[in-house]
Amino acid sequence: MSAKVKTLERKGSSLAEKIYFVEIFKGMATTFGHFWRNLLDNSNLYVRHYPEVEPEIPVRWRGRHRLTSHEDGTVKCVACFMCQTNCPAECISIEAGERLDDKAEKMPVKFNIDLLECIYCGYCVEACPLDAIRMDTGIYSVTDNNRESFVLGLEELLQTPGAFSEEEYKKGGA
Amino acid sequence: MALGLEAKLGDNVMTSTLDYIVNWGRENSLWPFVYGTACCAIEFMSTAASLHDISRYGAEVVRFSPRQADLLLVCGTVSYKQAPILKRIYEQMPEPKWVIAIGACASSGGIYDNYCTVQGIDTIIPVDVYISGCPPRPEAILDGLMKIQNQIKGETVLEDRHKDFKGILD
Repeated sequence: MSAKVKTLERKGSSLAEKIYFVEIFKGMATTFGHFWRNLLDNSNLYVRHYPEVEPEIPVRWRGRHRLTSHEDGTVKCVACFMCQTNCPAECISIEAGERLDDKAEKMPVKFNIDLLECIYCGYCVEACPLDAIRMDTGIYSVTDNNRESFVLGLEELLQTPGAFSEEEYKKGGA
Repeated sequence: MALGLEAKLGDNVMTSTLDYIVNWGRENSLWPFVYGTACCAIEFMSTAASLHDISRYGAEVVRFSPRQADLLLVCGTVSYKQAPILKRIYEQMPEPKWVIAIGACASSGGIYDNYCTVQGIDTIIPVDVYISGCPPRPEAILDGLMKIQNQIKGETVLEDRHKDFKGILD
């Protein structure tokens, strides 16, 4: 079987191309064409001006975590330790306590996520049987000067709202 | 860090004005050295590429020699065998120098909680900014860079930073 081979004519053999002089000016014409076009009208630049223009975060993108709550504002988590067991980076640490409001038997007293250990894999979201932990906050940038401030507590995780509506989140299939 | 001025001038109006000018120059011309060992380095390449364009912050001159750089970006897993190399690279950089730990592996070891991985490069060298993520988005790296720039604004040429740092290799 002979493969279909297309033979192309080799360029660069003529005298004008061999002395490079004209070709250099041709190349510089392209370069300076781009340069002047972008300098005179910078509205069509490819660059996203980040701190001013934020990127679009899709629904299924795994951002920083949050804990969801019931309609009356109590935490949905029942401290079953599924997420902590499933976490490959071992960044979740839960301390369970007794729950007194008849919704479940247990609730977390402490729920710490170390964001520096976290690899944002989303296994905690998949493991959760009650949809209590989600990664739909749309927060994509967490930076700080010391390691201690990366440990999120129960209050901070509960207070962060989701960035998307319930319908969008369900449609995303997360 | 000090420019030999404290002996001549001391802490007065002259040096605070000098601080302002020197810091303005330093924060807008950070030359990064990328210690890239893993996927976070690929994300840094995206930061340096045209969509995010790190040169808007004056940090596009990526040096491949630590002696010409003043911002060390540690992108990726650092094993104990690499630790002396990282330490040596940090020591080869001239003062003033800043360090960003990019991603989970460099900042805390991440999922590699084993016998051969350094559990955070701040056990070896002093770190100024940590960035969470695995790998972090280019926007997060830019945020870390802006944090360093803000930090430089508040510094003075009279003080040495991290003079009393003691790591596991010291």
